[in-house]
Amino acid sequence: MSAAPARIELRDVRKSFARDGHRLQVLDGLSLTVRDGEFVSILGPSGCGKSTLFALLTGTEAADSGALIADREPLVADGSGFAWMPQNDVLFDWRTVLGNVALGAEVAGRLPREQARERARELLPTFGLEAFADARPFQLSGGMRQRAALARTVAQGRGVLLLDEPFGALDALTRTELQLWLEQIWQRERWTVLLITHDVREAVLLSDRVYVLGPRPASVRLELEIPLERPRTVDTLADRRVAELEHKLLLALEVGGQRQEIDD
Amino acid sequence: MRQTSGAAALHLGTLISGSRETLQREIDRRRSGWQSKAMKQVGRLLAPLAAILLLLIVWQLYSTLSGAGNDLLPAPSRVVSAGWADRSSLWDNLLPTVRAVLLGFSLSLLFAFLLSIILDRSQSVRRALTPVLIGSQTLPIIVLAPLVVIWFGFGIGPKVLLVALVTFFPLLVGLLEGYGSTQRDAMTLMKTMGAGWWTTYRLLRLPSALPSFFTGLRISITYAVVAAIFAEYAGAELGLGIYMQSAKASFRTDLVLAAVLISAALTLCLYALTFALQRLMMPWYAQSRAGSQ
Repeated sequence: MSAAPARIELRDVRKSFARDGHRLQVLDGLSLTVRDGEFVSILGPSGCGKSTLFALLTGTEAADSGALIADREPLVADGSGFAWMPQNDVLFDWRTVLGNVALGAEVAGRLPREQARERARELLPTFGLEAFADARPFQLSGGMRQRAALARTVAQGRGVLLLDEPFGALDALTRTELQLWLEQIWQRERWTVLLITHDVREAVLLSDRVYVLGPRPASVRLELEIPLERPRTVDTLADRRVAELEHKLLLALEVGGQRQEIDD
Repeated sequence: MRQTSGAAALHLGTLISGSRETLQREIDRRRSGWQSKAMKQVGRLLAPLAAILLLLIVWQLYSTLSGAGNDLLPAPSRVVSAGWADRSSLWDNLLPTVRAVLLGFSLSLLFAFLLSIILDRSQSVRRALTPVLIGSQTLPIIVLAPLVVIWFGFGIGPKVLLVALVTFFPLLVGLLEGYGSTQRDAMTLMKTMGAGWWTTYRLLRLPSALPSFFTGLRISITYAVVAAIFAEYAGAELGLGIYMQSAKASFRTDLVLAAVLISAALTLCLYALTFALQRLMMPWYAQSRAGSQ
């Protein structure tokens, strides 16, 4: 384990919702840590409370108990600590690609609009979007939309990226291409990332560490280091250890044994 | 700084240029699509023109063959020639109506926008005002028009007021429904970016509401001319409404119908104007719809 400082720390977090007159426990004593420059994934079955976890981190919901710590300070409730990339890309149709990428900076209002756009323009080549600055989102393919959404997330200049199943809606080939692409730019940029996914291969390919959550009420079932060397490429997928790691994760998810399905 | 291994860079290059080619092809396909669409639009204009022409022919045949006479049902040719003969008077009466419609509609727009923002912000104000607003729409205009004239006189004021009253509700509903159609994830995104309500309104909720707003605009604009004519009917010095009334009083059915045709043409023009405005205000919308077809 690296000695880098923790950017996100969750200690014994609990959250329940009222439903049909009784309490539905969603998170039951969840603890996890994301260190600086680390790529951490959270893997779990559908409906296990992954989205609730992000709602807590983005400040749209408050935890019942437990501690949420960001950069050694308790997480502020306005949710402005992290840059969030939602599951569906929510690019604004009425803005160009550049306008979408610059959205965070314009909202923050620290820079004048033109300067915010210039700053955003510098980011576009990293995401392969420099030729599409003035295109509208509906003109982009699914994979390009996700890249634009990721650019918008990165452009906020926040310390930590929260990626909520970013490639979930893509076809399998595009998804694999984007995963490999993300690995490449992460290699270069070393953002601190917390990724929620139910794609076991995605977790293995991208992460330094994976947390497996059990079904509701969720707590951490397994914490697994991914010792594969970087940079990881399409060749990494032929590594025998990948299959072993995937097997371990699937066992922790109880796929194949009991009827615990991972579905979309 | 930006060095990746050769193989990786090559892979990244093919990945990106691959999707770029796909996009270029897509853009070309749509561009040629737009060109053939221009042809289609000419074709689209032919159909309604043919329908109107057919209607006029049937009307012409019926009124000449049935021998209904010019007092009862003048033929369209007679309506047009009578209207042409009285053109300067029709023109003088058209202008006040247009003025009432435009002023009333502007007032209505302003009011609908302000109220929509208030109702969107506060659920309790919304609950309190909804019955009042719906109630305001059940007032029968036929009763209201003379009352408004009694209260506010024969000037332009009561006409403007009546047009505003009749048109503002579809505008308001269009805006409110439009705000409601804002994606939840987009709202959360704005919140995580630290946006306040005004920024969220300006950058997200208002643009999200535009398609629905234009639907409301198109519905309400078709009421506007009728409302102005009603108000004039109840009492005015000039205007298409009072023109129709005095023509009717002297049994000039042909001139009544000439004024009706003009008011119909006015509504059609205003309706077409909403599409032009929509293209201007939300250029992405027509394109994205054309793309999804």
